Amino acid sequence: MSDCYDIAIVGGGVVGTLTARALSRTNLSVVLLERCNDVAMGTTKANSAIVHTGFDAKPGSMKAKMNVAGSKMMRTLCETLHVPFKNNGSLVVGFSEDERPELEALLVRGQNNGVEGLRLLSAEELQQMEPMVSKTAVGALYAPTGSIVSPFELAIAAAENAVRNGVTLLRNFEVEAITWQEDMFALCAPNRQITARTVVNAAGVHADDIARMIGDDSFHIQPRRGEYVLLDSSQNGVVSNTIFQCPSKMGKGVLIAPTVHGNVLIGPSAEDIEDKYDLSTTSAGLRNIQTIVNRSVPAYVIRDIITSFTGLRAHCDKDDFILRASEVNPQFIHAAGIESPGLSAAPAIAEYLAELAIGALAARGIQPTEKADWLAGRTEPVRIKEMSPEALRTLVRKNPAYGRVVCRCETVSEGEILDAIHAPAGALDLDGVKRRVRAGMGRCQGGFCGTKVLAILAEELKIPYEAVTKCGGASQILIGKTK
Amino acid sequence: MSNYDIIVIGGGPAGMAAALEAEKHGVKNILLLERAETLGGILEQCIHTGFGLHFFGEELSGPEYADRFAVQTEASCAITVKTDTMVLDVQAQDGTHIVTAVNKEDGLLALTAAAVVLAMGCRERPRGALNIAGTRPAGILSAGTAQKYVNLDGYMPGKEVVILGSGDIGLIMARRMTLEGAKVKMVCELMPYSSGLTRNIVQCLDDFDIPLKLSCTVIEIHGAEHLEAVTIAKVDENRRPIAGTEETIPCDSLLLSVGLIPENELTRACGAAMDRVTSGAVVNESRETSIPGVFACGNVLHVHDLVDYVTLESQLAGAGAADYVQGKRATGGEVTTQGINGVRYVVPQRVGRAQSEAVKLYFRVGQVYKNACVRVRCGDTILAQKKRPRLAPGEMEDFLIKPDQLASLPHDAVLTVEVVA
Amino acid sequence: MAVKEMICVACPLGCGLRVELDDMNNILSITGNTCKRGEAYARTEITNPMRSFTSTVRVNGGNAPFVSVKSKTAMPKDLLFAAAEATRGVILQAPVAIGDCVIADVAGCGVDLVATNRVGSKN
Repeated sequence: MSDCYDIAIVGGGVVGTLTARALSRTNLSVVLLERCNDVAMGTTKANSAIVHTGFDAKPGSMKAKMNVAGSKMMRTLCETLHVPFKNNGSLVVGFSEDERPELEALLVRGQNNGVEGLRLLSAEELQQMEPMVSKTAVGALYAPTGSIVSPFELAIAAAENAVRNGVTLLRNFEVEAITWQEDMFALCAPNRQITARTVVNAAGVHADDIARMIGDDSFHIQPRRGEYVLLDSSQNGVVSNTIFQCPSKMGKGVLIAPTVHGNVLIGPSAEDIEDKYDLSTTSAGLRNIQTIVNRSVPAYVIRDIITSFTGLRAHCDKDDFILRASEVNPQFIHAAGIESPGLSAAPAIAEYLAELAIGALAARGIQPTEKADWLAGRTEPVRIKEMSPEALRTLVRKNPAYGRVVCRCETVSEGEILDAIHAPAGALDLDGVKRRVRAGMGRCQGGFCGTKVLAILAEELKIPYEAVTKCGGASQILIGKTK
Repeated sequence: MSNYDIIVIGGGPAGMAAALEAEKHGVKNILLLERAETLGGILEQCIHTGFGLHFFGEELSGPEYADRFAVQTEASCAITVKTDTMVLDVQAQDGTHIVTAVNKEDGLLALTAAAVVLAMGCRERPRGALNIAGTRPAGILSAGTAQKYVNLDGYMPGKEVVILGSGDIGLIMARRMTLEGAKVKMVCELMPYSSGLTRNIVQCLDDFDIPLKLSCTVIEIHGAEHLEAVTIAKVDENRRPIAGTEETIPCDSLLLSVGLIPENELTRACGAAMDRVTSGAVVNESRETSIPGVFACGNVLHVHDLVDYVTLESQLAGAGAADYVQGKRATGGEVTTQGINGVRYVVPQRVGRAQSEAVKLYFRVGQVYKNACVRVRCGDTILAQKKRPRLAPGEMEDFLIKPDQLASLPHDAVLTVEVVA
Repeated sequence: MAVKEMICVACPLGCGLRVELDDMNNILSITGNTCKRGEAYARTEITNPMRSFTSTVRVNGGNAPFVSVKSKTAMPKDLLFAAAEATRGVILQAPVAIGDCVIADVAGCGVDLVATNRVGSKN
C-alpha cells in the first residue's frame, strides 16, 4: 500500500467519515486519519443525537444552509446505511408570555430557512401532544420533521461503507505536524507519515490546532462542555417528541428526548472549558441538569440513570461553520466549528467538502472519474433482538453464532459481535463493540457481557486478554495474570 | 412445539433446587434452561467458603454448594437441562405458558409448559447508576465482574484497589485481591454501617488491615484512558458529601459493590405484578406470581443474604409448581402482608389462609437496630413477636405463622410486620 | 498487662470482645461476649487464630483454565500469604474432581489444599 494519497481527511467523526464516503464514489485515493482507536470518538459519540430541522440557525449562514439540506438527506442516508433513525418531531416550549415572541421569531426564521411543516401550538395542543410537559407552558413551536438518529452508528456505518469502497482508514494516527513539500502535504503522526495532495480538516475541537500546523490562525475553537445523562428504557415514554427550551446564547438549552434505541437522553449543560481532552462530568453539572429539565417536565425525577457523559462541542469564534479552503493553502480545506446543528448538517457538509476537495484537485489538473462499482449502502447488520422468530430460526440454522446470546440486557448474540469485529473499520475494543452492536449499552453496562466480549475480542484479534482495551491507548481492562 | 410440565429458567442454586423439588413431588417432565455453559450460576465464581451452614450444616465453597445440586440435576431422569440457552420471552396464554429461547444447537426454541419457574438471579448495579462525576476510564468494574476475571479467568484488573460499597461481594473481593498480591487501599461505604456480614468485615478487612470508611463515598473519578485516582469524601446524615473532607486516593482499579438488582425483564414481559421495594414479583407462599402457573424464586424475587435461604425458597416454588401442574389449587382466600415502621419489605406478599404447614414470612429492615422488638400483627392482634439484640439491613429475618393462625384471619386481612422501639 | 479488642464472628451478632493478657500473653479475662462460643473464639484468636483459605490453581488440558481450592480445615491466619504463594507454583492436569488433594500440607501448616470444583478434560 502506498503512503501517498490524493486526499487525506483528518478526523473520523461524522463529518470526516461521511466525507470519506462521499469521496469514495470517485477513483481518487483517500485516507481517513483518526487520532483514536475508533471512529466517532469525539463530539460524534457524545451529543444530543437530534436531527434539527433548521428553524434555529441564522438565515443565510452556512449553519442554516447545511442544516436544512442535511436534515432532508438524513432519512434516506440512514436507510441506505442501515442506521437507526426516527422521525419523532420536536417542540420548542415557551414557558412564559415573554418567550412567546421568541417562538414566533423562530417560526418566521424557520420558514425563511425553508423548514417544512412548522407551526405554533397552543398550550392545549401542547398538553395533548405531551401530557408530561409543564402546565405553565404557554405554547410551543412544533417541527414535525424533527428527528432522532444514532450519531456514532452513522459515523461507523459511513466509515465501513467508505472502507468497503476503497478508502484507507488509519486509526491511532494522531497528526502532530503537517508540512508542504513538492506540491504535497506530509502529515506526521508519531512513528508514521503519509502524504496527500489535498487535506480536509475535519478534526472537531482540534480543527484550529490542525489549521495552525500549516500556519493558518484564522479561527479559534472553544471546547464547550455538554453533560448528559442517559436513562434506562424503563423511562421510555416520558416524552415522545424532542422537547427543547427556548434557545440561549450558549446553545439550544437542555433538551429531553427519546433515543432511537428507546432510552431517554437529557442534556446538555453548556460550559466553556480550556482542555480539549477533558471529558469529565461534574457533580454541579449533573445536578443542574435535574433543575433545568424540571422546567420542561416539572414532576419528573431523573431516575434509572444508566450512565452520564460529557461531549465537547467545537464552538467557533466565527459563530458559523467554516467550510472553505484555507487562505494559506487552497489545497487545505477546513470543516471547522461544526457544533450544533453539525450532526443534522453532516450529510450536506460531506457532499460540499467533497466538491471543494475535488475542485481543489481539478485546479491542479486532476480529474476524478466516478466508480462504476460504488456501493451506496452497507450490508444490513444482523439484530437478533429485532428479528421475527421465523427469521431468527432460519438464521441460527445457517450460523449458530447468532444463537448464543452474549449481552442479556440488549439481547446481542455472539454472531453480531463477530460481525462488528470483522466488518471493514471493525471494532478493536470493548467500546467499539458496544457502539456497533450495543453489547454493554444496557442497564448492567457490561457487568455480565464485558468479560465475554473481552474474550471474543482477544480471540478474534489474536491478542492476549491483557491487551484488550476499553477504548484504545492505555485503557486495558486487565493488568496481568493472577498466576 | 415441545411441551413440558414445568420449565425452570435459570440453572443457579434457585433453579436447580426448584427443579429437583418439583421432581420430588412427582413431576416427570421438567426442562431447565441455563444461559451459561454450566450449571451453578454465580456460585461458580464465589470460591470462598461460608455457603451451606444452614442447609448442609457444613461450610462449603460456592462451587461445592452448587455441585451438590448439579450432580442430582444431571442424574435426574425427570429433568432435561439445556445450557448455553437464553430465554427471550415468556408469555402466559389461555392457561399455558409459551417460552421462547435460543441456543446454538437448537436455534430458536418455541416451548410450552403448564408451569414456569423464574430463577434468573440478579445483577450488580453499575457505575452509571451512581452518577459519579469525573472521567470514564478503564479500571472501574463491578465487584462481581472482577471476581469472574480473578477466579475464573485468572486475570487481575488492578494492583492498587479502592472498593466502593461494603456489600459482601466487595468485602470478599478485598481479601481475594489482597491474597493475589494487590494492595486494597480502602473500602468506602456511603451508609454509617456496612451492608455486609460482620464476619466478612473481620475476616476480609480487619485481618488484612484494610480500612473500612463508613459515611464516605467516591465523588470523582480521575484518569483519561485508565483510572489513576478517585476523590473520596465524607458524607453527612443526608448522604451528601461534606465540603472540605475530600481526599484523592491514587488507584488503578475501583470495584463497585453497591447493590444487586433482581433481573426481571422476563417477569415484566409476562405481565406479573411487581413489588417496587424488592424489584421482584409479588408472590404468594408458594412463590406463585400474579400470573397463574408462573413462579419466581431466589435472587430474581428478592436479593437474599445467604444461598441457603435461596434453596429453601426455591423448594417452595418447585413444590408449588408441582402442585399447580397436578391441579391442586389453593382455596379459602388470601391475606396480604406489608412491612411498616422500619421493615422495608415482606416476602411473600400474599398468603393463602388454608395451609397444612406453617408459613415463613421473610423480611428486611431499613437500618441498624440494637435491642429492638419485631412483631407481626393483624389489626390489633399480635400473631408473633420477638426481641432481637441486633437487626441490620444486610441480614434477612423471618417469622413463622402457623396454619391455625392463618385460618383464623379474615379473608383479605393485612398482616403487618414492624419494628417496635 | 495488655488489652486486646476484637469482634466475635462466631455468629452474625458480632459482639465486641475485650481480652486482658499478662506479659506472657496468658489470658487473664474475657469480657463482652454474650455466649460461650464468644469465649472460645477469643481464646483461639489470642493463641492461634485460624482462618479458612480459598484460592485458585491453574489446570492444563481442562475445559476451564483454573480450579478453585480451599484449605480442608481452617489453617493458621499468619500462613495465609504463604499458602497463596504456594498456589502459584502448581499446575494440575485435568480432569480434577471435587476433594482432590491439590497441595498436601500447604505452607507446612498440616492442612491440605483440596479442589472445590470439577474440571473436565478438554473434549
